[in-house]
Amino acid sequence: MDWLIIAAIKSGFVIVILLTGFAYGTLLERKLLGRLQVRYGPNRVGPFGLLQPVADGLKLLGKEDTAPAGADRVVFTLAPMISTACALSAFAVIPIGGTIDLLGRRIDLVVADVNIGILYVLGVTSLGIYGIVLAGWSSNNKYALLGGVRSSAQMLSYELALGMSLIGVLLIAGTLQLPKIVEAQATVPFILLQPLGFIVFLIAATAEVNRSPFDLPEAENELVAGYHVEYSGMKFALFQMAEYVNLIVVSSLATTLFLGGWYGPFGLLPGPHWFFLKVFLLICFFVWLRATTPRLRYDQLMRFGWKVLLPLALANVLLTAVGVLVLQG
Amino acid sequence: MNADSYVAIAFWILAIGMVLAAYAVVALPRIIHSALALVLFFFQIAGLYVLLRAEFIAAVQVIIYVGAVTVLFLFAIMLTNRSYAPDSNPANRQWIAAGVVSLGLLGTLLATLGRQTWPTGGQVPANATVLLGQLMLGPFILPFEIAAILLLVAMVGAIVIARES
Repeated sequence: MDWLIIAAIKSGFVIVILLTGFAYGTLLERKLLGRLQVRYGPNRVGPFGLLQPVADGLKLLGKEDTAPAGADRVVFTLAPMISTACALSAFAVIPIGGTIDLLGRRIDLVVADVNIGILYVLGVTSLGIYGIVLAGWSSNNKYALLGGVRSSAQMLSYELALGMSLIGVLLIAGTLQLPKIVEAQATVPFILLQPLGFIVFLIAATAEVNRSPFDLPEAENELVAGYHVEYSGMKFALFQMAEYVNLIVVSSLATTLFLGGWYGPFGLLPGPHWFFLKVFLLICFFVWLRATTPRLRYDQLMRFGWKVLLPLALANVLLTAVGVLVLQG
Repeated sequence: MNADSYVAIAFWILAIGMVLAAYAVVALPRIIHSALALVLFFFQIAGLYVLLRAEFIAAVQVIIYVGAVTVLFLFAIMLTNRSYAPDSNPANRQWIAAGVVSLGLLGTLLATLGRQTWPTGGQVPANATVLLGQLMLGPFILPFEIAAILLLVAMVGAIVIARES
């Protein structure tokens, strides 16, 4: 039963990390957005506004839990749960460090080292669509439905480019297991070997987590927040949680696949420090992107995804395959 | 408990869940709920693949059937007005005839599959995904490519038909 207990403890740790990341991710985003727009951001609750997430949480707990008339109650309740569950479980295969010795055991700093690692992440994140689509449909509201439909089309389109951009990494590393992919980057992080792949991955990932400039599913000025317009209280909080956890997952994935995961220069700090530092910087990058770029129009979004991003990803696969063949052969 | 009994427990949970989910697909009155039951069913098939140590197939099952195909089902259903109606998945009155045909099919399958001797045992190779890739792009390259072209043709055909109207 040892493995079960260890897995449960690891899962608990990861969930605590992700939920803390969610709470302070919202604060980080609001602070940073504020600074980028030359204002202060939240600074009233606690020192430097550090208790703002607590205040937000309490406020949401106190809200009335409403459902619109004509809503499909079962699906309406299920949707935020699906969103959050998918977002949280995607992190299970991401290694935050190498192997450590703890209490006389060798512990891998990853919840589950399955041998289809990357495919697992792609599979679980593709399930996240359901939360959004079902929320949009079950709300019995045309803005919510439009948001849900837009989101499913967008995520299906960009998932393809996202998957393709990872193939270059797989070709070089020769494995799907994320810890092994990180170990393959001990000397050179893959961002140097796969610059094009990294750029395509970042763009597709931004679209996949519905962040600006690809935040059409919740375009607040035309769809009044889109798929979660009818949600309030903790159900709304679950959607927010899914959104930020997805952001963390995508940043962690970029760190693991392209930025060398837990490896840092000169062995200055233990592994997990580097991992979290890289993830933090990537999240800051995403916030910066949101503060800087205007939203794309729907047809621009589709044209860009299919006519620019996908061919680029395919070209990257071809180039990498030729490169690997030449260097190995 | 050894590993085999865990596998047996997991199998029976999945098997019962699959039968219930499959029944829900045809029995639930709202078609969106049916589609969701189908998602559950596909998901449990992926679970069976995991039990068979075919993790790659399991992941592909989830990515393609759960992540793409059924999302498109939902997409199509949601854009129709009747998707909110409680009777959007009408019951068929010919359930007796359907039952007879289904029982016949079940009997045939049981009779043929029961007599088959299946290759069992044998260690699953650790790098099954690599072997699968080598088989698909090696000895089976022709069927693999033909299937790809078939899908492409179907896609182009669908676009052409949609554009004409």
